[in-house]
Amino acid sequence: MLEEIRDEGAATGERYVLNMGPQHPSMHGVLRLRLELIGEEIQEAEAVIGYAHRAHEKMAENRTWPMFLPNTSRVDYLSGMIYNLAYCQAVEKMLEIEVPERAEYIRIIAGELNRISSHLLWLGTYVMDIGGLTPFLYAWDDREQVLNILERITGSRLTYSYGRFGGLTMDVDDVFIKQTQVFLERMKGRLVEYDKLVRQNVIFIKRSEGVGIIDAETCRRYGVTGPNLRAAGVAYDVRKDEPYGIYDRFDFEVPTLTTADSLARYDIRIREIEESLKIVGQALRDLPEGPIMPDKPKKKFKPAAGETYFAVEAARGHFGMYLVSDGSETPFKIKLRTPSFSNLAAMPEVLRKTMVADIIAIVGSIDIVLPEIDR
Amino acid sequence: MPETVTQMVDSPALAILIGIAGVMGALTFNALFLVWLERKASAWIQRRMGPTEVGPFGVLQTIADMLKLLSKQLITPKHIDKPLYHIAPVLVFVPVVAATSLFPFDEHIALSNLDIGLVLVFAFGGLGIVGIFMAGWGSNNKYALLGAMRSVAQNISYEIPLILSALSVVLMVNTMGGPETNGMNLAQVAQMQHDKGYWFVLVQPVAALIYFIAALAETNRAPFDIPEAESELIAGFHTEYSGMRFALFFFAEYANMFIVAMVATVLFFGGWSGPVLPGPAWFFIKTYGIVFAMMWIRWTFPRLRFDQLMSFCWMILIPLSILNLLVTAFIARAV
Repeated sequence: MLEEIRDEGAATGERYVLNMGPQHPSMHGVLRLRLELIGEEIQEAEAVIGYAHRAHEKMAENRTWPMFLPNTSRVDYLSGMIYNLAYCQAVEKMLEIEVPERAEYIRIIAGELNRISSHLLWLGTYVMDIGGLTPFLYAWDDREQVLNILERITGSRLTYSYGRFGGLTMDVDDVFIKQTQVFLERMKGRLVEYDKLVRQNVIFIKRSEGVGIIDAETCRRYGVTGPNLRAAGVAYDVRKDEPYGIYDRFDFEVPTLTTADSLARYDIRIREIEESLKIVGQALRDLPEGPIMPDKPKKKFKPAAGETYFAVEAARGHFGMYLVSDGSETPFKIKLRTPSFSNLAAMPEVLRKTMVADIIAIVGSIDIVLPEIDR
Repeated sequence: MPETVTQMVDSPALAILIGIAGVMGALTFNALFLVWLERKASAWIQRRMGPTEVGPFGVLQTIADMLKLLSKQLITPKHIDKPLYHIAPVLVFVPVVAATSLFPFDEHIALSNLDIGLVLVFAFGGLGIVGIFMAGWGSNNKYALLGAMRSVAQNISYEIPLILSALSVVLMVNTMGGPETNGMNLAQVAQMQHDKGYWFVLVQPVAALIYFIAALAETNRAPFDIPEAESELIAGFHTEYSGMRFALFFFAEYANMFIVAMVATVLFFGGWSGPVLPGPAWFFIKTYGIVFAMMWIRWTFPRLRFDQLMSFCWMILIPLSILNLLVTAFIARAV
């Protein structure tokens, strides 16, 4: 492989090949980009994936339905809660299980907190990709608060297994509510700080404005979803368009912008943090008393043969689970439709004719998680 | 005028030896201190602790780091251009030592007092770029080559506003001081500010600003740290260097920061002049103040893109510095 690449570079003279990743200090995860360059301008870019393939979908075929539960949060470790709860909700849809009210509310709170932490991590790493090292630690500090809150109720900080079919493992208490309220208050001030430190910085604007444009048409062709799609002006959000859980009870907006560049993607994510804070606030206000699991939880079951599709809005976009049952205790097939896979697919087209310095910035701006792409 | 070592010691060979030992010692101490300061300053800005374990406030951390680098294996990659690869770190380092020996730390102390001091400082500053390009080319690494290419383009471009802004001060000093003065002589520039009672930053604010920006670019500091932009080029031109070879590049970077800050101190902030405290104290307070400002900027701003950096230099900085020089010349003529 190496020889082949060397030959190509030599044969064309001016045009040469640069392998970026999978071992590169600031490449996201283990992505490898094979770039053909003239000077610093990219002629062709090819994303080579598969370095973090762990065969989650295959694993599902070899274990019972409940046993797949811990796998889900490891698919996308940055929004593990959303993935974990999504699997529970998909199985509940398949088995038609009723979920207690209180559990539904706590799921909303946990999921939205997880979305905030994921967006905060993105904010830090994106600014670091374009050279600003300090906002990363500030964002990390805020994210730490979320992790502490979730750690207290779930026992883990990253790969949660909080959901159960029909409810949750653990109830929340007054301390949790207090901590979450403190966090909501804190974030209001912090977002102003990010605005001053990052968003109003001239260099940041210069590096982001008009860079890496993914327009609505490109998004449609590649299946780009999530904040990237909303930055292109399409108000598609699974929480609004196909409400799952109890999202239809909450008052929140789906922010959109039309410029479709890195700056728009930044703005969209910041506004999504604000919307998530709103949702958490409303859920805390309305949180009812009651049980968090059904009276008779299902532990062993054989779903009737058939198929179920269930989609949620993960931090990176449309996450779908396609469950196929052949009537036995083990799934016949679980297909995961992960958003970053499609988001990355648009990259070769977007990266063409950009500069080397912008590769990391553009790839960073679409917020990919490699294990979620490779699965 | 300051007495130099050559005038103080009888034997010229001994004087050279004292000079080299003095400069090397001062530079080593300075680099160790600056690395510690950078780590503490960044920690303070980022609300972290920084080094705390080795010595009080972690001051000995950098010494431990240096010992580690000294004892590390020197990894030499295959298929390199051997002469270039091996000479490069030395060639980056030596001009820095030479340039440091040209500064008047006080009214009475200087290693050498040359009439063309300023020219030599910039000449030595320009020499370092040869070493950087040799490192990038000799490493047989695409990232290193990209970093070296960027570095050459950037340093050659930014040398123009850097020298033009310094030239406005030289022009001013020559006009104000009469036929006996030489604005290229660093000691005389400092002496004049002391005699006049004000700093030249007050009469040449535009030149000072241009100088500061260009100096950031010359030393490859953020937001112009494009040659070694770690998020794109891993470590730029010194990607393939390890151990003490890497330390020499690192050392040269911090020494360069110190040099451009010393030039700024002499040209714009009155050099050693100041009340109460002795001359060298003022000189170092001012210099480290400027260095701290450079660190502050690094830990606050993101990085510019290469094309933005070049257009900023050629479209804004160079015309502005030429204009500033012309205005200075006209005013000097009129007054």
